[in-house]
Amino acid sequence: MWNFRGFVLGSIRREFQLRYRGAVLGVAWAAIQPLAMIFIYTVIFSQVMNAKLPGAEGAFSYGIYLCAGIVTWGLFAETVQRGQSIFLDNANLLKKLSFPRLTLPVIVAGFTLANFSIAFGLFLIFLLLTGNFPGLVVLAVIPLVVVQMLFALGLGIALGVFNVFLRDTGQISGLVLQFWFWATPIVYPVSILPDWMRSWMSLNPMFHLVTAYQQIFVAREWPEWNGVLLVGCFAVGIALYALGLFRRKVGEIVDQL
Amino acid sequence: MGSLTVRDLSKAYKVYPSHLARVKELLHPLGRKYHQLKWVLKDVSFNVAPGEAVCVIGVNGAGKSTLLKMLTGITQPTSGTVQTHGQVSALLELGIGFHHEFTGRQNVVMAGQLLGMSVEDIRRLMPQIAAFAEIGDYMDQPLRMYSSGMQMRLAFSVATARRPDILIVDEALSVGDAYFQHKSFDRIRNFRKEGTTLFIVSHDRIAIQAICDRAILLDNGKLAKEGSPDAVLDLYNALIAERETTTIVQNKTADGRVQTISGTGEATVSDIKLLDSQGRPIEVTNVGAEVTLEVKVRINANIPHFVLGYMIRDRFGQPIYGTNTYLKQLPILDLRKGEQINFRFDFAANLGPGNYSVTVALVSSDHHLDNNFEWRDLALVFEVVNFSRQQFAGCAWLDPVVRVQRQE
Repeated sequence: MWNFRGFVLGSIRREFQLRYRGAVLGVAWAAIQPLAMIFIYTVIFSQVMNAKLPGAEGAFSYGIYLCAGIVTWGLFAETVQRGQSIFLDNANLLKKLSFPRLTLPVIVAGFTLANFSIAFGLFLIFLLLTGNFPGLVVLAVIPLVVVQMLFALGLGIALGVFNVFLRDTGQISGLVLQFWFWATPIVYPVSILPDWMRSWMSLNPMFHLVTAYQQIFVAREWPEWNGVLLVGCFAVGIALYALGLFRRKVGEIVDQL
Repeated sequence: MGSLTVRDLSKAYKVYPSHLARVKELLHPLGRKYHQLKWVLKDVSFNVAPGEAVCVIGVNGAGKSTLLKMLTGITQPTSGTVQTHGQVSALLELGIGFHHEFTGRQNVVMAGQLLGMSVEDIRRLMPQIAAFAEIGDYMDQPLRMYSSGMQMRLAFSVATARRPDILIVDEALSVGDAYFQHKSFDRIRNFRKEGTTLFIVSHDRIAIQAICDRAILLDNGKLAKEGSPDAVLDLYNALIAERETTTIVQNKTADGRVQTISGTGEATVSDIKLLDSQGRPIEVTNVGAEVTLEVKVRINANIPHFVLGYMIRDRFGQPIYGTNTYLKQLPILDLRKGEQINFRFDFAANLGPGNYSVTVALVSSDHHLDNNFEWRDLALVFEVVNFSRQQFAGCAWLDPVVRVQRQE
């Protein structure tokens, strides 16, 4: 696997080149999209529409709340989506070439993380400029992203294996992700939900992660680690299951593709 | 130096009666099986010693490709083991990982990385790769500007930039024009001289005899024979000949060509066969062998004048030889509806090795097409193989008696 690090890095770079090929602004687009998003959520929502987050001070608090959830959810959703199509997208390589197959999820993770870093970096710069930077607690993002990536990759690979044998998986997972997004307090605060719903919410792993991000950026305090730890254990379980499933089925995947 | 050891290697693909069955099996809580196994390779064992060159032959579907894919680790065996010692490189399909939007140079880096090379290695080998592919200034053009031959040349050049301990080559590997084919074949031969172990799938008798120490014949997923290339090739030829005699397929279209049958239908070909000198139907014949083209015609209406003609064509459809009953001065007159006529044309197959097809025309006269009862392209396909004659080139066997006189 280590010998193929060049392949992994090259593939990530190539994905970026392919995505922005032929565009005059090139890779700058990777920054323009999230910039536009931050602009809409902060300036338009907070300033123009004057949307306020209950219980939070500051002109930008709702915009920051939205960005904290949406940028990190974006990383999750993109990783899962690319994970579930990973074997179908690379069918040709898998069928014709002998190489360490686990480089494929590593490439997916590298690409989505790089994409995320751009948006997230811009978000941090925005916070700095508007005087909303949370300070040292921002470091808590690192373990959160690690847990989230483990969860997303595990889920993505498992779905990817199923998707080879049952193409409906890809369609279904796209739908489920949409419902999941709205079932997670990203756009709305969890406090507006009725009590019975809130008690169910703790079963949603993304609820714990997104809440932790929001805690960091809106309240500027260290997140609630208990929930994150629970999700971490769950993520390890999912990742191990996905790895086992992949190892068991890799032969059949190649036969089926 | 690399070696290969294959023990009881078998491969079966799962075949599901329907897509739903696959889903049921995937979701079945007790793990009930809904599939059947289709065996494509069964208990194959052999060794390839360090520095040896071994060829695999067999008809399409004998399991050669599956075997190669298992040797390279792409496909997992259902049972049995493959042991390789040394670094393996495979030339199964060229240009994997190439992308049309990137330049030749970028693609070389990518393809090299896919083979596990480091960027420094690739940079060091780059001049040599570019030189061998002979694409010159195109190296920095996007791949979509390349001709298919250039792409293949570049791909071959990357794939063989480093000499592996074991090289596995698929037959489909005829790269580019004749000149480059020579060049690539030379490179493989040089690898062998320097100690690379070779494992090749090929149909090319000359290539097999030129490069291989040993040959393996696969038939129906089983190892049918292992031995000297000559002995195995002979058995292979006998095997296809035997197979063709037992199962005659009518109106077969060779290599996916479309058979055209046209005409008014007053007379139709009901059967056409190529027979050997003992009268057995064959589809493969030796150069110069006595054969008979037998055509049975059913008459569906009363016909006053009738001419049957045939044309033997090469695999490109070029006419090689044609004649008809009018030219042979055999008038056939006043045919009644319901009659059946048998035609037999005895001739010597003085043809070069290759694939040939027969076109049959049922018409009313030699020089007119207005009464075209039936025109049948690819009515019969047969192969001429050189079992016993000296090697020669071309599509006709015009064996000379040679006299050489030297004058002072």
